[in-house]
Amino acid sequence: MTMLGEGVQRLRVTFGVDGPLRYISVLDMGRLWERLLRRAGVPLAYTQGFNPHPRLQFASALPVGYSSECELLDLWLAERMESAEFAARASDQAPQGLTILQVEEVPLRAPAPQALVHAAHYRVRLWTEAPRAEVERALGQLLAQPSIVRQRQKKGHLADYDLRPLIQEIRYVSSAGGCHELYMILRAGAEGSGRPEEVLNALGLQGTQYTIRRVRLIWGGNKEALS
Amino acid sequence: MQLSDERLHAFLCRVQKPARYVGREWNSVTKDWETAAVKLALCYPETYEIGMSNLGLAILYDLVNQRPEFLAERAYAPWVDMETVLRAEHLPLFSLETRHPLREFDILGFSLQHELNYTNVLNMLDLAGIPLLACERTAQDPLIIAGGSCTYNPEPLADFFDLFVIGEGEDVLLELLEAVQEWRDDRGPRATRGRQELSLRLANIKGVYVPSLYQVHYNPDGMIAAIEPTTEGIPSRVRKRIVPILGPVPKRPIVPALQVVHDRGNVEIQRGCSRGCRFCQAGMIYRPIRERPVAETLRAIDDLLACTGYSEVALVSLSSSDHPGIGEIISQALARHAEDGLAISLPSLRIDSFSVHLAEMIQSARKTGLTFAPEAGSQRLRDVINKGVTEEDLLRTTQAAFASGWNRIKLYFMLDLPTESDEDILEIARLIREIRAQGRALRDRAVNIGVSVATFVPKPHTPFQWTGLASREVVERRQGLLREQTRLRGVELGWSDWETTWLEAILSRGDRRLGPVIYRAWCAGARFDAWSEHFRPDLWRGALAAEGLDPGFYAHRERGEDELFPWEHIDAGVARRFLWREYRRACEGELSPDCHAGCHDCGILTTLAEERTGVGKGAWGCP
Repeated sequence: MTMLGEGVQRLRVTFGVDGPLRYISVLDMGRLWERLLRRAGVPLAYTQGFNPHPRLQFASALPVGYSSECELLDLWLAERMESAEFAARASDQAPQGLTILQVEEVPLRAPAPQALVHAAHYRVRLWTEAPRAEVERALGQLLAQPSIVRQRQKKGHLADYDLRPLIQEIRYVSSAGGCHELYMILRAGAEGSGRPEEVLNALGLQGTQYTIRRVRLIWGGNKEALS
Repeated sequence: MQLSDERLHAFLCRVQKPARYVGREWNSVTKDWETAAVKLALCYPETYEIGMSNLGLAILYDLVNQRPEFLAERAYAPWVDMETVLRAEHLPLFSLETRHPLREFDILGFSLQHELNYTNVLNMLDLAGIPLLACERTAQDPLIIAGGSCTYNPEPLADFFDLFVIGEGEDVLLELLEAVQEWRDDRGPRATRGRQELSLRLANIKGVYVPSLYQVHYNPDGMIAAIEPTTEGIPSRVRKRIVPILGPVPKRPIVPALQVVHDRGNVEIQRGCSRGCRFCQAGMIYRPIRERPVAETLRAIDDLLACTGYSEVALVSLSSSDHPGIGEIISQALARHAEDGLAISLPSLRIDSFSVHLAEMIQSARKTGLTFAPEAGSQRLRDVINKGVTEEDLLRTTQAAFASGWNRIKLYFMLDLPTESDEDILEIARLIREIRAQGRALRDRAVNIGVSVATFVPKPHTPFQWTGLASREVVERRQGLLREQTRLRGVELGWSDWETTWLEAILSRGDRRLGPVIYRAWCAGARFDAWSEHFRPDLWRGALAAEGLDPGFYAHRERGEDELFPWEHIDAGVARRFLWREYRRACEGELSPDCHAGCHDCGILTTLAEERTGVGKGAWGCP
């Protein structure tokens, strides 16, 4: 085992999550990556200690049920490897639902990505009997409220929180065949993360089904995307 | 018709752990549905996390899918939230791989490992839209079959299954699939007539038991008068199947994306056990002992790690430290995979210092906990069950474990073993205190002793198949006694709940009259009986009463020497006279040493002689 807590190289992987992998937790995703990288023969750097494990850091846990095209994973290698070679080997071992989109090298001591994430973009598809005008009216009313008090589980009990400041922007994009597409930009990070299904619940539309796709993470390095 | 991703997604948003129902895991096999000649759904009547940890099904999945003409997919018991969704949406239970409704398969093969899963079997059939009773199914319905350790007494489920496979499934399952294929080639696919004829044909395969071809006669006192075939040419006893040489370890086992109970790779290093513990059903029914050679085991570990990416491998057997090459396997595997931090786990260790040595080899860095099973507290009772472990052995072993740096020791005991008295219980407490003192002397206050005391359930095909379960009063009083005596810092005591034990005791040695009881309990809402939050003993009491059956007849009654058992026509290869002899020896407190020390003439050598001839080198043989 290569006991290099630091590693010699740090790679940042952008990957997509679809299909069956939408339904696993971030802990499961960590195990999945670890096994994938072991199969791929990638020389991972392991943490030191009684229970050595590879150093893997996700920028932001993807909630169960969401698909994504912008997940970020930082990992540390014990031996240098070309980004392209890494991408090829990892892609060969990726289970259905996981797509490696980009691999780039970042400085070993660059800040952890999860500390920098402050917003996320979502594409939400919503199936409801309500016509477009009604959905748009509900959206308008929601956004006009100064605060939207909702509840969430916190340390085992329900706690109130205000959803409104977590909403940066919501756009109605299009509708087709009973399906409405919305684009949401919600805050993310240590000060609280907005969840698209909370927004949908707050809209108060009856009998809705939806799919949520995270399409962009906004973090320290790419603030320009806030437009 | 296959269920689409989009449609499934809408349902999955409403359940916990939706990954249980989506499949597509690494190494899962999705074959072309249309071209498969025979389609098998391997079903496990428990949650995905438990079912995916079963090695037997992994072996069969691999074997069947290696055959180009066959297809094997998987299905598990949907958790109660998913059941609600399936019923509300009128969605039939589907397979994980191609998401076809189970009723579109040719065969549903259930793995039966635990009596408390029986209602889940009925529930899965019902959710699949398949008639529960074998006699109500038509040629349009799949063949419903089962294997696994519970089929050594399949009688309580006789009404629901078309056939049971007795013994090891590797060869016989493929023979079954071939026979079904042949029958269909003769008759055309899904022939509307001839289910009866198919059953007859399959009953001629060795190890296949078709319950509808046997009749059970009862005496007025409720005991069995005779069990006999109703058709000529059907064997009066069905002998179990074995594989004379262990087959290859599955090359590409599925790697679940969701964390499962045993989240690691498995390499079976040995099947069968030579110790002859009298309470242990596995030790009797998995005879004879067969070992996987060291070189083959090491190769299997290499292959497994390469194609799964696991960092942990369990060396599976009934008594891992008994494999003659175990030390070599561990040291070589660790040396070969030193670079990638391989962890090895040994699920079963015998009680001796060699085991502590092995544990040290595999846990050089982590000292998580070490488990031993003395089973009984007093020497007298350990001799009754033929555990073959002395108190000195145990104390020397725990001493070695503490000395090697372990703080956590887990001990398994059983309560209500035959001939048990209160004194035997006090002896458990004394042992615990002694081990605790040992640990405190060496490891200070960090010592933690986990004690698990399961109430013993007598099982078919064991020397204790004649004994009865004690009354609830006795069992609970002894549990209380033990609790009182072990209220100590650093000792954690766990015990089994009475109602669960009671039901398991009834179903384990039950007969065909329990079929309607299981049916009634399920109708009343029983499922996931092994889960305390779902178990409803009142439903079972009601079902037994409605059928006019006395639970005590099954659970508590001491059987006579010559009583015919409901499983009399199931031949596990071990002779009834051997089991009786062992029972008598148990009552006298006489030990029967390990088979390596001498043959006890259990019968396996003669009954399975045929499986040894023509196999050549490497075939099984008794020690």
